[in-house]
Amino acid sequence: MSTATVSHPRLQSRLGGWAARLGRLTWPVRICAVLLVLVGLGAVFAPWLEPYDPTDGDLSNTLVAMSGAHWLGTDAGGHDTFSQLLAGGRTSLLGPLGVVLFSTVFGALVGLFSAWRGGWVDALIGRVLDVMFAFPSLLLAILAVALFGKGLGAPVVAMAIAYMPYTARLVRSLTAQEKTRPYIAAYRVQGHSPAFIALRRLLPAVGPTILAQSTVNFGYALLDLAALSFLGLGVQPPTPDWGAMINQSQAAVLEGQPLSAVLPAVLVVVVVVAVTVIGEHFGDRLAGREAKA
Amino acid sequence: MSTPLLDVTGLCKTYGTNVAVSDLSFTLPAGGSLGLVGESGSGKTTTARMLIGLERPDRGQILVKGEPLAAASRLARAKAVQIVFQDPYLSLDPRLTIRAALDDVLRLHRHPDRAARVTELLDQVGLGAREAAAKPRGLSGGQRQRAAIARALAVEPDVLVLDEAVSALDVSIQAQVLNVLADIRRETGIGIVFVSHDLAVVRYLCDEALVLHRGVVVERGAIEALLTDPQDPYTRLLISSVPHAGWSPEEISEQRRALQQRS
Repeated sequence: MSTATVSHPRLQSRLGGWAARLGRLTWPVRICAVLLVLVGLGAVFAPWLEPYDPTDGDLSNTLVAMSGAHWLGTDAGGHDTFSQLLAGGRTSLLGPLGVVLFSTVFGALVGLFSAWRGGWVDALIGRVLDVMFAFPSLLLAILAVALFGKGLGAPVVAMAIAYMPYTARLVRSLTAQEKTRPYIAAYRVQGHSPAFIALRRLLPAVGPTILAQSTVNFGYALLDLAALSFLGLGVQPPTPDWGAMINQSQAAVLEGQPLSAVLPAVLVVVVVVAVTVIGEHFGDRLAGREAKA
Repeated sequence: MSTPLLDVTGLCKTYGTNVAVSDLSFTLPAGGSLGLVGESGSGKTTTARMLIGLERPDRGQILVKGEPLAAASRLARAKAVQIVFQDPYLSLDPRLTIRAALDDVLRLHRHPDRAARVTELLDQVGLGAREAAAKPRGLSGGQRQRAAIARALAVEPDVLVLDEAVSALDVSIQAQVLNVLADIRRETGIGIVFVSHDLAVVRYLCDEALVLHRGVVVERGAIEALLTDPQDPYTRLLISSVPHAGWSPEEISEQRRALQQRS
């Protein structure tokens, strides 16, 4: 009983805090957030929302225009475009998510270690990161496909390695700056271990900026992976994917039924713009907070 | 003769060709209070950083209660010497409330009754429940510095180093914090090393002082004697540099030039 009476006001104040935070968002950010939530929900609940099996092509119903039976028409293989868009969201969003998760976690650890150790270790890691910057992510992904075969796995791992230096460099410079602050010196004097200070105190200090950067990286990774699928090197049919849908629907565009090509392209653009706007919004807010502090 | 609380012998530190501290030796008796006085670049902050283990001396030894500080474990070293930094705006973690910051230190040092000790520490520095629940940005400069003092005391150190601990505060707030420090010294018997450029502040808190100039001790002795009868020209310059009635900046500049020509 006592827990309920204590937690209730706490929950209310927390909800109130969230509402106040949402209220401070600008309209473009709110619209982008709503669009992302809708796309995300569509991808998560795709199996329950799809009117047709997205992998099942009905050759008697190819290049059908928008109708009651097929809301967004069908492609040249007779696949329902709406179902493919929903299911394609899963692979199209999962790939960049994997890239961002791996590159953020690994990059943050590398950057943190490098800046914390300093000296020749930092200089060596800095040079290795410089070398890694020389390889374009798409080129590495194509190389990975050549070595390990087509699909989602190899390009995601290759792209994650290519994106890692961006996060590592950011974390390295933020940590190098933060660790000179007296409060970090105070932690050392109090007797805290270097691992505690780096992971429990420094990482949370630079975390929001990493998150803002990773959000923007998500957009770039989505574009790169969609481009790879468009080239036929990424996700392979019949698995639905927005990039692959554009590739598969080139003939449909020539036949005057461009929806199955245009809509996945529109979704790629919407998601990339939305995550970039949200990422930059949080980046700007952090910069403002830093300036005020 | 009993073992001094802090025994510093032949401390040296250079950065490249710049000698920051040269052959510095001093002792601090139990419950004693020593001022390290000098201008910017005199080596006093480098000395403070060596005392708390943030800088490694090139030569020399620091003993606390007869035990070498360099050989102590992380936690033992923390219990031997703590510091209050100059800028209270930067020395507290901006993400933690004052209560959480104090609790953090007590948890690390495995204090058996953390909640009671936090209350005791807050009480000792004159902070209440509102300040305890606030993050540093919600506090004034004086409150932050008192919180930093409480955090340093949480470890129950033998020696407390105060590195220009009141320099960043307004004059009225300086007096409050100095009173808090004087009370703590009286109540706990902690040894204090007060690093400052301000002789008036040092006089309030210290029994003895060392005057440092370019990393070398130019004069040492009881604080009253240093202030009333300074022997070294540099000490005289420091004292006469404090603005007072009839004070002439030109005269001070002239004295400084004369001193530089001599050295």
